[in-house]
Amino acid sequence: MVCKTILNVSASTPKINDYAVIGDGRSVALVSRNGSIDWLCWPRFDSASIFQKILDPEIGGTWSIRPAQQSQTTRRYIDNTNVLETGFHLDSGRIVLTDFMAVTSEEKKRAILWPEHELIRQIRCDSGEVRLVVDFSPRLDYGRVAPIIKNGGNFGWRIEIGTCVFTLRSDVDFAGQNSAALFANFTLKAGEAVAFSFTYGSEGPAVIPPLGDSITEKLNLTIDWWRRWVEKANYDGPYSRHVLRSALVLKLLSYAPSGAIVAAPTTSLPESIGSDLNWDYRFAWLRDAAFTVHALFGLGYKDDGEAFVNWLLHATRLTRPKLRVVYDVFGERPPPEQELPYLNGYANSHPVRIGNAASEQVQLDIYGEVVEAVSHFIGENEKLDRDMQKMLRQCAEYVCAHWREPDNGIWEYRDKQRHYTHSRLMCWVALDRILNMQMRGQLRGIDVAKCEAERLRIRQEIEQHAWNPKLQTYVQACGSDVVDASALLLAYHGFEQANSERMQRTHQRIRQRLIPRAGLVYRNERSLQLREGAFAICSFWEVDFLTRAGKFGEAREIFETTLSYANDVDLFAEEIDVKTGDALGNFPQAFTHLGVINAALALDATEGRAPNLNGKS
Amino acid sequence: MNWSSWLLWGFASTVVLTSILAGSQGIGMTRMNIPYMLGTIFTPSRDRAKFIGSFFHFANGWLFSLLYVVAFQIIGRSSWWFGALIGLVQAGFVLTMLMPVLPAFHPRMANEQYGPTVVRQLEPPGFLGLHYGIRTPISVVFAHIVFGIILGGFYSVK
Repeated sequence: MVCKTILNVSASTPKINDYAVIGDGRSVALVSRNGSIDWLCWPRFDSASIFQKILDPEIGGTWSIRPAQQSQTTRRYIDNTNVLETGFHLDSGRIVLTDFMAVTSEEKKRAILWPEHELIRQIRCDSGEVRLVVDFSPRLDYGRVAPIIKNGGNFGWRIEIGTCVFTLRSDVDFAGQNSAALFANFTLKAGEAVAFSFTYGSEGPAVIPPLGDSITEKLNLTIDWWRRWVEKANYDGPYSRHVLRSALVLKLLSYAPSGAIVAAPTTSLPESIGSDLNWDYRFAWLRDAAFTVHALFGLGYKDDGEAFVNWLLHATRLTRPKLRVVYDVFGERPPPEQELPYLNGYANSHPVRIGNAASEQVQLDIYGEVVEAVSHFIGENEKLDRDMQKMLRQCAEYVCAHWREPDNGIWEYRDKQRHYTHSRLMCWVALDRILNMQMRGQLRGIDVAKCEAERLRIRQEIEQHAWNPKLQTYVQACGSDVVDASALLLAYHGFEQANSERMQRTHQRIRQRLIPRAGLVYRNERSLQLREGAFAICSFWEVDFLTRAGKFGEAREIFETTLSYANDVDLFAEEIDVKTGDALGNFPQAFTHLGVINAALALDATEGRAPNLNGKS
Repeated sequence: MNWSSWLLWGFASTVVLTSILAGSQGIGMTRMNIPYMLGTIFTPSRDRAKFIGSFFHFANGWLFSLLYVVAFQIIGRSSWWFGALIGLVQAGFVLTMLMPVLPAFHPRMANEQYGPTVVRQLEPPGFLGLHYGIRTPISVVFAHIVFGIILGGFYSVK
């Protein structure tokens, strides 16, 4: 899909949905519609940023390549890849900017020298003559350091910091030696092209790739690699464009060396403009585990699913039976949360935070997520190895002992702990799936009688205390009167049938209180008080719910409406502004894209193509 | 020659030398990764290069320790300070002579004058290895002095 936008040269901060994402399975960059890279962290998703203009247009670093005059822009990803093309259309001519991070197979990397990280920007003139402006202004360590950019002669422009070296090479002559920024001003005529290669090296000797034909070769290798990955998908159901784009986003957010998937590659993009609802999402949440495994296996990405489960088992090994809410890409505790007061934040939404205090929270739902992920991973016929069996036994014992306790819940509220319905549900899921595995002979050594008794008690607790007879709905927490969209998951996880009277009434109440417009769902009534946007995955939960309830037409209608809120290259953030339809929150968001995939799989199942609605293999 | 003493202390000093150089990279003193630099003479693969380069560097260290031992035998005694002195001389040679000419015999290292090509993409170390970080010479000198101290201090002349 191509979207045209008039670009004013002096345009202010782009909207969140004006960005697209490129990456290499270890880090990503956000590229704005006007050709600027305003967010990049190297060498990892959670490393300090090099470009961060998205969080402060004054202090933050940027790397822009744009026409000197006003232009109209179009953009798209090259089919089935994460290679971005931005077209600038002017009266004097047309140019195309191609942005990508070089990727290829490990086999290919063994045969050629390959930089640790390389971001390539190629600009070519298709017609006419266009004057271009380049501004390369990196600001290291989240904008704290304006580095000295040294001229390394034939080896390009170099920035050395600690034991890292960043190198920029280009066909273009820059001005600004030994300063903190480089500028270039040049004209391209039809048929001409120039390229920029920005690399990172932590080891000496660093690989400094040549330009010229090597750029074209790397573009071809990168396109080929992404297309080969997409070809592994066995999905041929409806909405394949959105599903495959969501899969490509998930792959971008997957840290290749470990298999972890980060929630989003950004920090502190606000859930409400001007608010302090700004969090660092560059870590892996166990909450996403079950949805992730369901999505990856549902699309046929068995290797990626296995890598994720292996990361899950590795990451949780040190803390079992207690699990942390969030881990870094190697399974360590994320750094302590801190604020960066010198950054204004996106659209003055401060503070900007790095690290996430959610890692200190208690969230009992994650036990169900992990058990459900493992259960889905092994299916009904595979055997569990000893380590997995041990982990599941530990989970069963922990859940039996702790499910009655209050926690911070799925939405990670920091005010006080409550007896959240969703947490109870996921404790029930943990015991239910463990007992199923035991019944199938996959798991031994659990106290079956105890697990069955506790599973029954959790059910009674939810049915008696999480059901509000006055409101006629399942509510956010036991004894509460807050309506919460996570109640829809009672059907998703098989606790209750979607077409049961209680679930139908719950859906009605959610519609009444949490759905301001078709396709947009607030996560709960507290969202209204906080003036945050609609929570995108909740819309996809509703689609899934309607599908399970047999209301296929309605489900499709809502699904299509929600998909229309994606940006022009089919990317979603965490939330959607209900008034403007703009993206809110960190971007792009794995949780939302998991929602797209799983809702599409549910719809596809109704057409008899996918295995079944519970996603069991 | 005391062969058994050479085998033992040549091995030990090489282990320490390699550890100091690797540790220097780990603690942020230098970007120089000697196994990677040497291994890429044989293969462009990053992982394989480090593996091959580790063996290559280790064999080199052990072989070079033989020169130290020969020096001890010639003067008829060994001591920690004499070993340190040889280590200093060797480090000086590596930094001022060997590093700058490395691109001449490393098939994948780019040349200062022509820049990177399709085959030669590795940045050269430059004088004193300064392209790999301003504190590179310190770690190289320190590692070689310790190498010499161990050999000089523990090798027993026959």
